[in-house]
Amino acid sequence: MENNVLLEVKNLKKCFDVGGRKVLTAVDNVSFYVRKGETLGVVGESGCGKSTTGKTIMHLIPATSGQIIYDGQDITHMDRKEYLAFTRKAQMIFQDPYASLDSRMTAGDIIAEGMTIHGMYNAKERKERVYELLNTVGLNKEHASRFVHEFSGGQRQRIGIARALAIGPEFIVCDEPISALDVSIQAQVINLLLELQESHKLTYLFIAHDLSIVRHVSDRVAVMYLGAVVELAESNELYENQLHPYTRALLSAIPIADPQVTRAKQRILLEGDVPSPIDVGAGCKFAGRCSMCKQICHEEAPQLRDVGGGHYVACHMI
Amino acid sequence: MKKQKIQEEVKAVEAEQEQTTFTEDMFNFVKEDESAAEKMYAPSISYWQDAWRRLKKNKVAMASMIFIILLTLMAIIAPMVSPYTHDAVNFSAMDNGPSAEHWFGTDNLGRDMWARVWMGARVSLFIAFVAAIVQSTVGIIIGGISGYFGGKVDLFLMRFSDIVDSIPFLVYVILIMMIMGSGMAPIIIAFALTGWIRMARLVRGQALSLKESDYVMAAKGLGASNMRIIIKHMVPNMLGVIIVTLTMSIPNAIFTEAYLSYIGIGLQPPLTSWGLLANEGAAVIKTYPYQLIIPALFISLTMLCMQLFGDGLRDALDPKLRK
Repeated sequence: MENNVLLEVKNLKKCFDVGGRKVLTAVDNVSFYVRKGETLGVVGESGCGKSTTGKTIMHLIPATSGQIIYDGQDITHMDRKEYLAFTRKAQMIFQDPYASLDSRMTAGDIIAEGMTIHGMYNAKERKERVYELLNTVGLNKEHASRFVHEFSGGQRQRIGIARALAIGPEFIVCDEPISALDVSIQAQVINLLLELQESHKLTYLFIAHDLSIVRHVSDRVAVMYLGAVVELAESNELYENQLHPYTRALLSAIPIADPQVTRAKQRILLEGDVPSPIDVGAGCKFAGRCSMCKQICHEEAPQLRDVGGGHYVACHMI
Repeated sequence: MKKQKIQEEVKAVEAEQEQTTFTEDMFNFVKEDESAAEKMYAPSISYWQDAWRRLKKNKVAMASMIFIILLTLMAIIAPMVSPYTHDAVNFSAMDNGPSAEHWFGTDNLGRDMWARVWMGARVSLFIAFVAAIVQSTVGIIIGGISGYFGGKVDLFLMRFSDIVDSIPFLVYVILIMMIMGSGMAPIIIAFALTGWIRMARLVRGQALSLKESDYVMAAKGLGASNMRIIIKHMVPNMLGVIIVTLTMSIPNAIFTEAYLSYIGIGLQPPLTSWGLLANEGAAVIKTYPYQLIIPALFISLTMLCMQLFGDGLRDALDPKLRK
């Protein structure tokens, strides 16, 4: 284990009861760590458990089993006081800027809420700080008294970012912060997040399904499939030299803005659909769609292991 | 020939273009005024202001609201300024029709109907408002706890409400009357015992969906306590639905009180209410129809206005529900 690890997740598991004694395993034995100051990207298709992982780390939904270690402390089970302390260090930015802001509150109240809860500053200082934060995220202080329905999607997401920054966290889970925005606004918000990382020395867990953006922002990338991490490596290493058959198929789907390259490119097309995460059997989750699948893949689930240089893969065939 | 002519024309156009070449010194920078970009041309409006604006546009709802306000004011003031009291008997003026002296006439004991109608309004409206508020409070608390905490608590409370709901309303009223005797209190208690279920189910549903919403998650992530989430986020977002249901339950209570009194198990004379007046009037419908028509008209108009106002309020508070 390396030094400077801020967050470590060990064998995290999250199951949901879906009635009729069936269990949906949204996150299955996920383990990874995030170093101080880096960005760990998490990619995967819709429904692969990316967001659930993020929310479980933030204790917004309770974990079924596993361990979450933050800054050397086991935070899997926290009482109210410990949780309050934790929220000062770790915050979250949500996917949908329309649903994540309370429409009955003004932008200023939303940003100040965290400071109010933690009893930081007095009322006047809080107001000053709200103006300062609005400025940081590229809005003006005139915006503080407006209600959220008076903002555009990009502006709302900036308010969401300001809210997360307000209590001065060091770690932020970005749960698909840009997927609900227009492409032109996406770039602005990404740049804002990168600038803030620089100036506030932030550590990000960046959840997204846009592969090019994840490559752009992340130091390391984890690929998830059906609740499990199948590959984890340095960003460049993963995009240049992916090993897991699923990662290969996934990355071959990245569109390239050059028709000649696109035409020459070999798209790996997977057969079938992602199987249901309800009552999954033993064996590799990708086995049913994998071109390299052997007998062992159906019998035993592969463990994530280091294949050299911090490149982790969960596959029997590599 | 033709070709030459075209060439000449092209040359002429080119020459003209050269003359109008733009040079840098012909331009000035426009001073950018950043504050102008963010200037608000319309004032910032909160949710409630917006709803009020929509409600004001709805003429029917506004007329109903004014009627209800006038009715309430009259119910408070009229009995105080009337020269007659609701229970003063006058045997020299029995069953008189409406006149300058007795605006709504008198009843079979010579009591002034104007005074009786407004006294009845007081009683009917009082029962309706108190019952609606008590029902809603109980409903909000039980529904809120059930929805927010979920699990076994939810299961227990919802099954309990099913049991309460399965017993007919009249049975409650008769049982309570047997124990407490007749009067306003037993009727209000009977309303409170049964009426909360609708509100509880509604609030439970709202709480179930709101507690999963992103902004509640965000508040949780900021470290907000359950109390803060409920008071600051859930209640303000549920208030619209709650107010509409509350408004709609008032005409229901007025009507139920009226029919209980009408069939004789509600209030007892000399206390009066619209239902009781209608009951007395019904006995003499063939000879003195005004004694029934007047209270009946008040019951119908009040219910209609309450319903229309509630409808308008729903449209105003939840624009998504509009057609």
